[in-house]
Amino acid sequence: MDHAPILVVIAPFVGAYLIPLLGLWKEKLCYPVATVAALLSAFFSFWLTASVLELGTIRYYVGGWEPPWGIELVVDPLSAFMCLTISLVSLFAVIYSKNYIGRELPGGKTTSYYTLILLLIGGMLGAVVTGDLFNLFVLTEIFSVAAYALVCIGRKRGSLIASYRYLILASIGTSLILLGTGYLYVVTGTLNMADLAARLPALYDSWVVIGAMAFLVVGFGIKTALFPLHTWLPDAHSIAPAPISVILSALVIKVGAYSIIRVLFSIFGVEFITGPIPIASVLTWVAAVGILMGSLFAISQTDIKRMLAYSSVAHIGYVVMGVGLAMEIGMTGGILHIFNHALAKGCLFFCAGAVIYQTGIRSIDDFRGLGSKMPVTMAAFTLAAASMVGIPPTAGFMSKLYLALGTLEAGAWVFLIVILVGSFLTAVFYLRVVNLIYFGESRVKSQESRVGVGDSRLQTPDSRLFREVPLTMLIPIIILALGCTLFGIFVFIPLSVVEPAVKLLLGN
Amino acid sequence: MRFEFIAVNFPYFVSVALLLVGLYAMIVRKNLIKKIMGLNIFSTSVLFFLIAAGYKEGGAPPIRVPGIEVYVNPLPHALVLTGIVVALALTTFALALVIKIYKEYGTIDSDKL
Repeated sequence: MDHAPILVVIAPFVGAYLIPLLGLWKEKLCYPVATVAALLSAFFSFWLTASVLELGTIRYYVGGWEPPWGIELVVDPLSAFMCLTISLVSLFAVIYSKNYIGRELPGGKTTSYYTLILLLIGGMLGAVVTGDLFNLFVLTEIFSVAAYALVCIGRKRGSLIASYRYLILASIGTSLILLGTGYLYVVTGTLNMADLAARLPALYDSWVVIGAMAFLVVGFGIKTALFPLHTWLPDAHSIAPAPISVILSALVIKVGAYSIIRVLFSIFGVEFITGPIPIASVLTWVAAVGILMGSLFAISQTDIKRMLAYSSVAHIGYVVMGVGLAMEIGMTGGILHIFNHALAKGCLFFCAGAVIYQTGIRSIDDFRGLGSKMPVTMAAFTLAAASMVGIPPTAGFMSKLYLALGTLEAGAWVFLIVILVGSFLTAVFYLRVVNLIYFGESRVKSQESRVGVGDSRLQTPDSRLFREVPLTMLIPIIILALGCTLFGIFVFIPLSVVEPAVKLLLGN
Repeated sequence: MRFEFIAVNFPYFVSVALLLVGLYAMIVRKNLIKKIMGLNIFSTSVLFFLIAAGYKEGGAPPIRVPGIEVYVNPLPHALVLTGIVVALALTTFALALVIKIYKEYGTIDSDKL
């Protein structure tokens, strides 16, 4: 198992190569192959996390070539944490796809769907384990192209244009990343992250280094949908098929955030980003504006998936704010929020997808009275929404608590107020939906209301009248919703990985 | 002195000019295909920058031959090759997307979409 760092990336890629071939023969085989590939990378991620926590940072030379010549994979606690988040949530997304995609996509498209989703997963996993800046660019581009294609695979009206906009904006981002990488290469003569970190302190005064940092932060900022650069996100995330919305919202933008963390802390170093060029505090301010504006936009939405998409703009703000504080407790909160938000937003998009799958409802107003028709899905929605708002003892509460303590540690009261107001605004739009679900009068004359209350069929759990979604869709929803609660109560489980990660990033 | 500075760094000025041309085309042009052309110019400018950075005056191609000491740096070439492949994939996909958009909407003018 010495090869776990590369196997975690290779598993989805091999699956992605197999599926087009198998799809020619038997299209039904695509789903099991994709699930097995995702399962394998989840297994390797667990293995990797366990060994990183035990042995410390793992360095793996691809093909046996040592760093200056070859590509190095570096798995430190932060990478392991991201691997775990990515592989778990995407495993659920693949499982969920079976029924959802069967209905949404025309026959023959499923092959390309599973190929692309595995490329997306493999690209993201590669981006978080690589220790080479240029490799990071290539893998970013791989998962981005897969993401552009998946946004428009459903052929909904407007999806092509959403995909085009995403492509144009994000390509500017990736070109800027490459330019920044080139700048760093010109002044240091290396692309290996550890080498860069060792050579940069001597060059802190150089304008080239400052320019490189600006390009990299803006480039990854577009990928992250950091507030003023978020304009591609609402269309792309809301129009994609539900499992893709989950991956985009819960993972793709987080990989961008991870890249910002990696570039700022592991390459440029804490002294540089807080000292001569205070990019960390700039990011904190930008994130603060993002939290407020994202939440305000979300309140004004009428489409459930658009609302969730704008909420992602706000919540990536919490992650970046924690990172920008560049202090131990705040960063713990920010990085923890990557995981907690992935669980909660994944669950919410799954639930929205389940509602769309069963009823075709997209408008928030039509959610009235759904609580009695799809009780399990709606209970999961409520739990995840509680986690997004940050009601104790959910997972979202813990990360926001750490963030709030972090702002106090940094002595920045303004950001504490922003977090509180942001949570309040989040509560406004999530509780509105929850209120409609449980206390809204159902508009549609449903089958249940015509059946008498005393009807025994209503009590049996397998009653068709409850119209829950199939099990392949329900199980991911339930697991993620339970995760939102369990990882709030047992917060030490994710913290056992996050805390060493933060310590390593801050260099103590 | 000033002229010399420009002459030595001429490739970099070209790269910046191309970058701005590309960015301008992507933002201002209404035609979706022209936006993709802008994207191509934009990414080419970055590749051009990398090639210029790897060039050494009088350097030989990076193949070890006895008697030659100065080689141009081969690594940027590897990067640029990878970058070209990436840009090609991106352009292909973007153009396919524009064809689909044209089939569905009957126009590729971003104002009319």
